[in-house]
Amino acid sequence: MSFLKSREAILTGAIVALLALVATRYGAFIRPANLAAVFNDTSPLIILALGQMVVILTRCIDLSVAANLALTGMVCAMLNVAMPGLPIGVILVVALALGAALGAINGLLVWKLDIPPIVVTLGTMTIFRGVIFLLSDGQWVNSHEMSASFTGFARHVILGLPVLSWIAILVALVMLVVMTRTPMGRALYAVGGNPHAAVYTGINVGRSQFIAFVISGMLAGLCGYLWIARYAVAYVDIAGGFELDVVAACVIGGISIAGGIGTVGGAILGALFLGIIKNALPVVDISPFWQLAISGAAIIIAVLFNARADRTKGRVILKSAEVTQ
Amino acid sequence: MKLTKLLTTVAVASGLFAGAASADDMRIAVVVKALGIGFFEAAAKGAEEAAAELGDVEIIYTGPTDTTAEGQIEVINSLIAQNVDAIAVSANDTDALVPTLKKAMQRGIKVISWDSGVAEEGRMMHLNPSSNPLIGNMIIKLAADHLPEGGEVAVLSATTTSTNQNIWIEEMNKVMGNYPGIEVVATVYGDDLADKSYREATGLMQSYPDLDAIIAPTSVGIVAAAQAVVDAGKVGQVNVTGLGLPSEMAGAVESGASQSFAIWNPIDLGYSATMIAYHLAKGDATAEPGATISMGRMGEVTLDDTTSGAMADPFVYDSSNIDDFKDIF
Repeated sequence: MSFLKSREAILTGAIVALLALVATRYGAFIRPANLAAVFNDTSPLIILALGQMVVILTRCIDLSVAANLALTGMVCAMLNVAMPGLPIGVILVVALALGAALGAINGLLVWKLDIPPIVVTLGTMTIFRGVIFLLSDGQWVNSHEMSASFTGFARHVILGLPVLSWIAILVALVMLVVMTRTPMGRALYAVGGNPHAAVYTGINVGRSQFIAFVISGMLAGLCGYLWIARYAVAYVDIAGGFELDVVAACVIGGISIAGGIGTVGGAILGALFLGIIKNALPVVDISPFWQLAISGAAIIIAVLFNARADRTKGRVILKSAEVTQ
Repeated sequence: MKLTKLLTTVAVASGLFAGAASADDMRIAVVVKALGIGFFEAAAKGAEEAAAELGDVEIIYTGPTDTTAEGQIEVINSLIAQNVDAIAVSANDTDALVPTLKKAMQRGIKVISWDSGVAEEGRMMHLNPSSNPLIGNMIIKLAADHLPEGGEVAVLSATTTSTNQNIWIEEMNKVMGNYPGIEVVATVYGDDLADKSYREATGLMQSYPDLDAIIAPTSVGIVAAAQAVVDAGKVGQVNVTGLGLPSEMAGAVESGASQSFAIWNPIDLGYSATMIAYHLAKGDATAEPGATISMGRMGEVTLDDTTSGAMADPFVYDSSNIDDFKDIF
């Protein structure tokens, strides 16, 4: 059972097995160019999963990420239509700042008003979508209205990979350093692992949760621009329901919904696993009715793995407790 | 609210003055969901075209300033007071307008609905822009027209349970015999999500390397598929077609990913509604099941059991006319 201890190892194994399975039905899927395309397609999910991971680590959940993405994306698109000459750098800064601000709203409500995160983000999720409607009047921003550089940035290929992929890699590296090498990252783990103990070590639990929501919001905002640029269209329902994919990626990646457990690598692998399924299902010729069932089954199996891993650990503690009695 | 009321009053008042100027003409009121919407401005253009063709008709183009049933009721009440000859309405609510429109009919005003219908008892007939069989035929014809040698096409639909899309695809399959050489190799579902539609379209191009066309009878799917074709570098090999709006598809037509697509033409719709209202008010046509009413250059409409009828095939948009329509709707 020792190999079970490293979730990353299991997940990597599962991903390789999944790729092998897909390859038996559609060989071209595992060609490097296609794998790069799959990675690129999964990049927004990876970025969002990393943000969600931070939030879940602190025993919270952010259901507003997809709505945040859509709202920030719409603002970026409208900004581009109004000022086509605006450099992409400025758009990126606006996306990050607006996303962080929207995340801060969630964070403040959780921190200062002590409302359960699931309620807060369920509310802001609907509000953000409503705001998009008010901003856009329900109208779409279409590809011919966007400037070529606006939609081209994410597609620009550097060293064989599009900028979108590079941004995901960059975010992953930054998050890896933040979560493992900074006091803030460790505080986030501590808050989720044992909030009471965290308080005694001088960590402000509410403030840490606030920071987690800001990080999640900022990454969602970044994805907002990237998403709009990639699909070259912005409207109210963009990425509808995507927040559930993001949470699913985290769960598959071994991030415990109970908080405190999870790694950057796990979140990335969880997102990749889901991304591969999403990209493979259309080419392996499976009925669309089965596709939903297969995606769902993958999530439940992952949770089952999580629950088993946790249960084993719990038993050990209980048994040792019994022994001491 | 005050401003809204004021604007409505002004709109109605201007109609009133125009009406007083030439009292002998037949006055047909075209009531739209809201003023200032490109689609309806275009319909008004069509109504004016019909009026010019008929000669003795004056169009009162009006509607509320926001898309509410209350606003429309207010507008219709003032039209009843003006005693117009006919009202052609695109309703904001199927049922809410019924009592007001009944009152209009009691006063001898001919009432028809078009585009967005009113419940049967509130109008004499309803003009649909098209019909399911016509749409089903059009979507495959759009693909086939660019494939004289035949070829492989795939359908990218909305969700597996979308009623409209399922009916259209069913109607399409019924007429496949008329398009020899065209083979539908797959039907996939993008769930009306841009990202899933994009992925499904990419998957289609991978699974069927010889694919010639993707038919997407949904506005989200057609745009996403066009983007997927551009990104895959398959412009010119895979033609994306189906149903979409000119404003949303302008980029895809420009890039060449879509040769042509279809949707109703608001100008034709306004024109036909006016023609029908004219004939009903003139008394040379009756709105009853099975009746046919002339629509001028658009031919005739035949009414079904619910006294509704279909205008025509969806209108085809391509590089030759997209620029005229992309700012309209």
